[in-house]
Amino acid sequence: MASNLNTRLAACVITCLALSGGARAGVLPEDRADLLYFRYDGGGVVIDGPSMLVRKSIGEHVSVSANYYIDMVSSASVDVETSASPYEDERTQSSLSVDFLHGKSTYSIGYVNSDESDYKAKTMFASVSHDMFGDLTTVSFSFKNGKNDVFRNVKTDGVVGNDPAFQQEMESKGYSVSLSQIVTKNLVLSGQYEVITDEGWLNSPYRSVRFFIGTDQQGQQPEVYPNTRSSNAASIRAKYFLPYRAAIDAMYRFYTDTWGVVGHTAELGYVHPLDTAWVGGNWIFEGRVRYYTQSAADFYMDIFPRADYSNFMARDKELATYNAITAGLGATYEFKVERFPWLSKGQVNFRFDHMMITYDDFRDARYSLGSFGTLPDEPLPPGTEPLYELDANIYQLFFSAFF
Amino acid sequence: MSVRTVKAKGIGKIVKGLALAAAFVLPAFATSSSGPAPSFKLSGRGGKAIDLSQFKGQVVMINFWATWCGPCRQEMPLLEDIYKKYKPMGFTMLAVNVEPDSKAAEAWLGKLAKPVSFPVAFDVDSKVSKAYNVAGMPSTVFVDRKGNFRVMHKGYKPGDENFYLTQIRSMLKE
Amino acid sequence: MRAFRGLLMIPVLAFAATGCSSIEPWVKPYDRENLADPIMVFTRAPISQDFLDHVFESREGSRGATGGGGGGCGCN
Repeated sequence: MASNLNTRLAACVITCLALSGGARAGVLPEDRADLLYFRYDGGGVVIDGPSMLVRKSIGEHVSVSANYYIDMVSSASVDVETSASPYEDERTQSSLSVDFLHGKSTYSIGYVNSDESDYKAKTMFASVSHDMFGDLTTVSFSFKNGKNDVFRNVKTDGVVGNDPAFQQEMESKGYSVSLSQIVTKNLVLSGQYEVITDEGWLNSPYRSVRFFIGTDQQGQQPEVYPNTRSSNAASIRAKYFLPYRAAIDAMYRFYTDTWGVVGHTAELGYVHPLDTAWVGGNWIFEGRVRYYTQSAADFYMDIFPRADYSNFMARDKELATYNAITAGLGATYEFKVERFPWLSKGQVNFRFDHMMITYDDFRDARYSLGSFGTLPDEPLPPGTEPLYELDANIYQLFFSAFF
Repeated sequence: MSVRTVKAKGIGKIVKGLALAAAFVLPAFATSSSGPAPSFKLSGRGGKAIDLSQFKGQVVMINFWATWCGPCRQEMPLLEDIYKKYKPMGFTMLAVNVEPDSKAAEAWLGKLAKPVSFPVAFDVDSKVSKAYNVAGMPSTVFVDRKGNFRVMHKGYKPGDENFYLTQIRSMLKE
Repeated sequence: MRAFRGLLMIPVLAFAATGCSSIEPWVKPYDRENLADPIMVFTRAPISQDFLDHVFESREGSRGATGGGGGGCGCN
């Protein structure tokens, strides 16, 4: 339900990349099985669930990967509080991909299916990856195509179900090219450019925009989005090996689209392994900081001057102007099990991330509209509410087996 | 844009397309050559010196390997089997480790479940790897009884040992 | 699409360049020790990166260009 459209698209896109095994073209990805439990808790939304990934090679030339993932959503986000009632939903996603290795090239195809009560997404993807120039350079091309059905849930006689009068579609196509280059014995660089085009019903059936009535009253009406969106993203990343055995990495991404959103992402990471006897085994520690800044879509406003102000109107905080910082720490413990010689190594991993978002043009409308229909004791005049801030904690605990 | 320019661009595209297609053709795994194999003298296990010329008269299989290379590690027990089987017939295995830290490589050899008994040399400054134009890890070079460089095999995949045995048997007969 | 077709030429040209120029790969396979270290991979745990990318993309207006490449160890 009202979990963002981006959530659905994102999930398929990202899984495709993870499943296609990256751009190590001349070698099949290693066999592994992972089981993850995750929990996102922030801004009144709690999402948790399991994710399972298995990758196995068949012979010398084929590798198959499958993922099964469940999001259990419990949402009382600020948008939901000001316009609806708290809800719970479950999204199930399953995906399958196959890699074929032929000389220095890897060909991948895959399929992702995502289901929740009011959104069904089906995505297929294909990619080619090639090692050249003494294996110093890897070039990849990939294509993905998603067809999604959007429904709207309504409550009839206390039972939640799809509104039979509402069914919409959207289609997404993405093209990406990437180049990975070994620069020195200790440095790898990678660049990627991706174009994504969406067409169809691109907004949420639940979200509204607000507008001024007179000078101190407000009204709400459903949001209206364009039915196309075309975006370009270009990123560059580097990873450097430090002489005492550790690695630092950095990434920058520039994003722009036809809705007027401009985004800059910068991330810095550090990986430090410790495998001396006094630590009691092999540990790998990781620290990461990510900074994201975005300027709003052209048709976004926290509160419009009047009803039907423009052809397109949005109040989705995802399209607002804001800054976000996410800091994370992770620890991995590696071990071998004598009894299972087929297990080349096992890992227990824990990761914690803390995300802080401060919005520049999205206000906390609970101060004027109240929460779940209950007005506050002293409602603030619309447009004077404090700017919204969101803090979220993200936990991950996962086990990995390599064989 | 003139018609000629459009045609030139079209041909250019075809050429580039063919060049790209050529990149996807299976690369050659073995290269043959002749002439004397580059000589070298390196330090071996326990500090003992190893000189390629000391093996003249035998068929030598030089295997360039590293502890960080998966297929190299996978191949090691097979190399031991081959060495044991053909040593009495005038054959020797010579493993050349390409890592700058020879102590770490020696330690790794000491911990093997199936220890190797063939000579191992340490090419710490990569001089020998360069001399032999090592283009992949692992790389295996066959040198005949006269000390000539005969065949270089790049990489290791299960099944490659059949190629090794064919080379060894034919060179032993010479 | 035109922009994308133009970009398609970059790797083609890169390949053509390797074919006709005399630049030798400057990092030899036997020097790939550090690059082959498991900590040097861009994504150590795809299942975890997958999930985090999903979290970010569902809160942000940006999407795309989050996949990475790898170095490879020069083996085989």
